[in-house]
Amino acid sequence: MEPFEFVSPSSIDEAVKILASNGDKVRIMAGGTDMLVQMRAGRRTAPLVVDVKGIPELNNVSYDASKGLTLGAAVPCYKIYQDKSLAATYPGLIDSASLIGGIQIQGRASIGGNICNAAPSGDSIPVVIALGGVCNIAGPNGTRQLPVEEFCTAPGRNALENGELLVSVFIPAPQAKSGATYQRFIPRNEMDIAVVGVGTSVVLDASGQNFVSARIALASVGPTPIFAKAAGDSLAGKAVSEEAIQQASELAMSAATPITDMRGTIRQRTHLVGVFTRRTLNNAIDRARGG
Amino acid sequence: MADVTQVKTTINGEEVNLLCEPRQSLLEVLRDVLGMTGTKEGCNDGNCGACTVILDGRIVDSCLVLGVEAEGKNITTIEGMASPEGLHPLQQSFLENASLQCGICTPGFLLASKSLLDQEPDADEGRIRHWLAGNLCRCTGYDKIVRAVLQVSKAK
Ligand SMILES: Cc1cc2nc3c(=O)[nH]c(=O)nc-3n(C[C@H](O)[C@H](O)[C@H](O)COP(=O)(O)OP(=O)(O)OC[C@H]3O[C@@H](n4cnc5c(N)ncnc54)[C@H](O)[C@@H]3O)c2cc1C
Ligand code: FES
Ligand code: FES
Repeated sequence: MEPFEFVSPSSIDEAVKILASNGDKVRIMAGGTDMLVQMRAGRRTAPLVVDVKGIPELNNVSYDASKGLTLGAAVPCYKIYQDKSLAATYPGLIDSASLIGGIQIQGRASIGGNICNAAPSGDSIPVVIALGGVCNIAGPNGTRQLPVEEFCTAPGRNALENGELLVSVFIPAPQAKSGATYQRFIPRNEMDIAVVGVGTSVVLDASGQNFVSARIALASVGPTPIFAKAAGDSLAGKAVSEEAIQQASELAMSAATPITDMRGTIRQRTHLVGVFTRRTLNNAIDRARGG
Repeated sequence: MADVTQVKTTINGEEVNLLCEPRQSLLEVLRDVLGMTGTKEGCNDGNCGACTVILDGRIVDSCLVLGVEAEGKNITTIEGMASPEGLHPLQQSFLENASLQCGICTPGFLLASKSLLDQEPDADEGRIRHWLAGNLCRCTGYDKIVRAVLQVSKAK
């Protein structure tokens, strides 16, 4: 790797000062599982690396049953899926945290890093969008919030401005009779990049027979993860039925803008969006009903 | 050369003071600075697991950790696996089951398997295969590795 200097600030203020005064000469590192690979390949190198793992807010996991989950941006995946109460409350998030890389990668990789890396295939992003996740951002002008679906702007690009960092992701507390799921299609069972990924969340009424609302988001079928709003909205107020799910899956297919590459063709990917939208909806419905 | 940094860490139970550049990975530090060549380099990008070490109780790919991050941490490498009394049961089992050919992947598989059985002494075959998905082997076809780990596991 090219030489660089390394600093590990212990507060948000300190980090923001370093970031703001170094402009694009600095790169943030959380688990480093994207960033070190990129630096070593000579992509997006920088003379200064800021390790944010020493900042308490970025390592914090706090859950408040009336509000929701504040997940520090640098918390590694294994800490998420090892937390029994989180696993019970946010199974959809656990789906993602437990399929990023292998066990070694999960020892380091964070959800914050996955979101900031802004890969179209980022496996945590669809379900966090589906769950209504919000980015808590700190910068020279204080803090601001941005829905996760507005955070990724292009492949590898995000909405952070000079001097800003992602502090945490807020995920609202799940409502009664709600469920969420993430699934992806890959040729092997582990350690691969999604050909297609779909994250869905549903809220059902008390009877468990009707949709109150739903959110659907897609990975690997566009330049950024895609929030298929119309697909989810189409379910609101409808009875849970194969036709309603089929219609939502068709709307999700039309929200996808995939390309053909070595992992899959446009036709295969579009088809898979339909299949995985139906599968994840059915799974989310089961979870919402308490299955 | 960028400035070297002093790092104080614990490797296989011994306190170590070392000097490294921030750009050096923990893998490079182990092999090139400390001469501990038991940890292997395969891909150098997080895919093969040959460089697996245990960092504060979790397995990580040392090619994706910076040496400077070792400050204050506790690291176990393959050199720390056997004891003066003899091989670790997993090492013995790998030998008995012919679980290695060229051996490049072996230190990584051993540490990954050790960390699994340390946490889940009765891991079954499915769990073992899932846990070892981040370790690649070009030679054995995996089956003999999985059998060796299963032999040490209490799962029956
Ligand atoms: C072998 C291997 C397998 C992988 N498998 C998968 C997979 O299955 N699915 C998947 O989605 N990804 C996968 N990845 C990619 C990577 O592990 C994930 O994207 C991971 O979540 C990144 O998190 P990190 O903490 O390591 O981020 P880092 O590498 O530390 O950072 C990623 C990017 O985000 C920026 N960043 C990090 N934190 C912040 C912050 N708080 N504020 C602002 N910017 C920040 C960094 O500057 C960098 O640009 C894999 C990687 C490897 C090497
Ligand atoms: S050398 Fe580190 S994972 Fe391959
Ligand atoms: S024994 Fe040769 S790579 Fe595994």
